[in-house]
Amino acid sequence: MEFKFDMEKNKEKIQEYMNFIDENRDKPGILMPALQEAQEKFGYLPAEILELISKELNIPLAEIYGVATFYSQFTFIPKGENNISVCLGTACYVKGAEKILEELENVLGIKSGGTTPDLKFSITPTRCVGACGLAPVININDETYGKLKVEDIKGIIEKYR
Amino acid sequence: MMTLEKLREIKEKTRPLLEERLKKEDKTEIREDGSIVLKGDYYKKQLRVALRNCEIIKPDSIDEYIALDGYSALGKVLFEMTPEEVINTMIESNLRGRGGAGFPTGRKWREAFKYDSDKKYIICNADEGDPGAFMDRSILEGDPHSVLEGMAIAGYAVGADQGFIYVRAEYPLAVKTLKAAIEQAKEYGLLGKNIFGTDFSFDIELRLGAGAFVCGEGTALMESIEGRRGMPRVKIHRTAHKGLWGKPTIINNVETLANVPIIYQKGADWFRSIGTEKSPGTKVFALVGKVKEAGLVEVPMGMTLREIVFDIGGGVADGKAIKAIQTGGPSGGCIPAELLDTPVDFESLDKIGSIMGSGGMVVMDETDCMVDIARFFLDFTVDESCGKCVPCREGTKRMLEILEKITGGNGEEGDIERLESLAETISSASLCGLGQTASNPVTSTLKYFRDEYIAHIKEKRCPAGSCQALLEYFITEDCIGCTKCARNCPVTCISGKVKERHVIDTSRCIKCGTCKEVCPVGAVITR
Repeated sequence: MEFKFDMEKNKEKIQEYMNFIDENRDKPGILMPALQEAQEKFGYLPAEILELISKELNIPLAEIYGVATFYSQFTFIPKGENNISVCLGTACYVKGAEKILEELENVLGIKSGGTTPDLKFSITPTRCVGACGLAPVININDETYGKLKVEDIKGIIEKYR
Repeated sequence: MMTLEKLREIKEKTRPLLEERLKKEDKTEIREDGSIVLKGDYYKKQLRVALRNCEIIKPDSIDEYIALDGYSALGKVLFEMTPEEVINTMIESNLRGRGGAGFPTGRKWREAFKYDSDKKYIICNADEGDPGAFMDRSILEGDPHSVLEGMAIAGYAVGADQGFIYVRAEYPLAVKTLKAAIEQAKEYGLLGKNIFGTDFSFDIELRLGAGAFVCGEGTALMESIEGRRGMPRVKIHRTAHKGLWGKPTIINNVETLANVPIIYQKGADWFRSIGTEKSPGTKVFALVGKVKEAGLVEVPMGMTLREIVFDIGGGVADGKAIKAIQTGGPSGGCIPAELLDTPVDFESLDKIGSIMGSGGMVVMDETDCMVDIARFFLDFTVDESCGKCVPCREGTKRMLEILEKITGGNGEEGDIERLESLAETISSASLCGLGQTASNPVTSTLKYFRDEYIAHIKEKRCPAGSCQALLEYFITEDCIGCTKCARNCPVTCISGKVKERHVIDTSRCIKCGTCKEVCPVGAVITR
């Protein structure tokens, strides 16, 4: 599905972002921090912003796109208001993370990696979050839910509806 | 400006306050020699060196770190030792890299020291990507200053004035803790210009990863800091010669750096008295999976796997039998239960086809299918292969396809041999460690659990009862004929009369598992 980036609505944020660029322009290796800052600010990497980075830092857009697609944390579609990260590390896997992910997909009606059309939820499969003692684990925003059972999922999602 | 005098004052002022707080919390005991250790059975057999301050000091308090001799090693090194002496002590201690490969830290330092350059760098590799491992995370979140101090000492030794910590973005709390710790250390004059009033200046900058496992590889990490795709370099030069931006660069892992300060406090001989001759010191493990007491464990090198899993971890959960221990993450292997008496050190694990790795230790029981575990890790490597070299990019993909075929019930004669041949090519022809070790999960399971592969391929059977496609659902005599399964079956392939035993038509069964879930008496089994 299509998500449109509204330049007008984001005017202030773009200005703030420009300040960041201005402060750090001359630092070597600034591209990654610039992308990270953009994602932090706008929730994802809008094409318009990537063009802006290209112009400001004098880096070809193709190269920026190459870097942004290489790293799994960067996303080109907005994340939902509630981002659900499902840990797929080894400890979680042997304790049934796949089933948890499946249940989330069923409950929310989207595939792993997707965002609900109302922008309320997104599911992000993620590498080991290092909470292996609590496996299987999901993070919703900054909240961690551990030792999960498939039955728990519906109730947890309900809290965020 | 910080002076040794001031450092001592802070220590003397804070130590009683710290002890008072700890007494109230009652989680620790103070030993006669003044050391503070955590109470409880879980910690009895452990020896915490890298984790010495974790869960004892408050991570956001530089004063508490100083109270436990923090930054005294940096002071000692700056005032009493030349860089050569610092390096020699490190070589004597024989501290080996805790990131997995076990390269001697002192030798790395000496290498970078001998090159003349206007700029040198120290990098802390905090891109802990092995699934099932969180040693570094715990140090970063529990005792960040030990890493900063270790980096500053390394900087002094090799003549670097700039450090980077490359930490993965999946660890937001670690990032926050580190940021605060760097701020504090700068405020105290323990980082920055003219540390302790000497000529030595050292600054640390934080750089975040963005979710690429390969960036744990040294040169890929440097590419990433430089703002490019994290693809490993062709290693014409050692990074200690030409690393970040072509300058001499030391890259050490978090746990390695956390070991550094205490080596200068207590001496190389003390460090060597712990562990084995070739692998001195301790190692932190993340003991997870089907173990009763999952958690972080730090033990002297040379302790056996059995002691770690049973004496510390309490054995396998749910009364099941242990089948294997996976060490070293996607680069490591599965160690079978009969080799549990293997001592844990770099050489011993290497010998039996696994690796020490960064310290992930995942316990697996009889219900875990070894072919599926191999598939899980290959799935991981295929996803994380950077794509630069062909053997890794194409080879791992082909291996995964074969493994998927086998676990999906379509294995053929010759598949095992194809896997072995691919494994050999990939490990000998790949550019970096990721590819060179990518086949370890397959070769180690083939070595110790070959019969499981054969059962999948020839008998179309999964001995662990885990591969869905190879399972058959069956209703036992325990059936009470409640009709619940028949009513819930989405393809109505279950038949039977009320109060009589039901039967599944396996030719139409889609193996969804609904019948097993709804059965009130547990009469539906998989076989």
